[in-house]
Amino acid sequence: MKTENQKAWFFVLPVLLLVAFNALIPMMTVVNYSVQETFGNNVFFFEGLRWFEELLNSDRFHAALGRQFLFTGIILAIEVPLGIIIALSMPRQGIWVPVCLVTMALPMLIPWNVVGAMWNIFTLPDIGLLGYFMNHTLGVDYDMTQNPLAAWITIVIMDVWHWTSLVVLLSYAGLVSIPDAYYQAAKIDGASNWSVFRYIQLPKMKTVLTIAILLRFMDSFNIYTEPFVLTGGGPGNSTTLLSIDLVKIALGQFDLGPAAAMSLIYFAITLLVSWLFYTLMTKDDAK
Amino acid sequence: MLGWMAWTWPTALLFIGIFSAMGIITILEIRRPGGAERKGVLGLVTTRGDRLFISLLGTVYIFLAWLGLIGMPLWAPLGLSIAWGVFCFWKV
Repeated sequence: MKTENQKAWFFVLPVLLLVAFNALIPMMTVVNYSVQETFGNNVFFFEGLRWFEELLNSDRFHAALGRQFLFTGIILAIEVPLGIIIALSMPRQGIWVPVCLVTMALPMLIPWNVVGAMWNIFTLPDIGLLGYFMNHTLGVDYDMTQNPLAAWITIVIMDVWHWTSLVVLLSYAGLVSIPDAYYQAAKIDGASNWSVFRYIQLPKMKTVLTIAILLRFMDSFNIYTEPFVLTGGGPGNSTTLLSIDLVKIALGQFDLGPAAAMSLIYFAITLLVSWLFYTLMTKDDAK
Repeated sequence: MLGWMAWTWPTALLFIGIFSAMGIITILEIRRPGGAERKGVLGLVTTRGDRLFISLLGTVYIFLAWLGLIGMPLWAPLGLSIAWGVFCFWKV
């Protein structure tokens, strides 16, 4: 009856084992932790759903979650349009193509903690190039270590600098795959630049843009290293995003139970948003 | 060997439940391939696996919402979740 070769499953087995050991089993342990209290020594006390209830009613959690959504919303609103605009203005052929591509890829090659350290030194008011210039030459009061607004502007600009390239490169890949015939047809019909973008380029970029937005959402929603190195969550709690707060609870206070409950809620949010977004974007492609 | 995972009976039962559900849809898939694909009331094309995923994800949110807005006990959201699961496999 079956004509397919089922042996292919064996090739998937190593990946399955790898995922089991680095994702599934730790995840199950987190679920176990989330219903218990521990004081170390691998001794646990059952607490039921207490941590979830406390967390869902905690102002600290609401504040961190709010900051997280604000951060992700801001950077998506900047990076996606900016990435598309840059991709549209990049050359399609000639010697400048590799130059543009390599320049665009450079920020993404830098490790996250180095990005954080770079921007920290760059923006420090007394020794940083940008910080010194703003404060002492322009006379603008800009201090990301003291002023929450300045700290927010700095982490947003840092993320835009680091990750807009991803949107650019993916959009560009979508753009170059459009055959010339489409543009010729548009030219014959006398289509405006906007129509060409709206009815040819944007639909052709849809798949790669979906992937780009999905990756940017997940990465920015789980962002930890860069803001941690840059501001450490401060000044005060103003840039304490969800992941930074989570690490503070888990490793700073050693509250493994509440931290596990928080990770699961965090995971549920990421999962729901990613699933909703992906399903809605690919809904019309299904037969 | 599994001591470090800090197992409890309630969480173990939860995972047994999820893995058995996955086992059942796997067996169904072998018996009747194609995943019973259809377009449901939400306008989504779903297979059995999708419907299981939607039921479980919905269940998580039903419980979290109840716990956050109303609190213990959780019998009502349990009923709601079962209803949601039935709805997912029936209509979605």
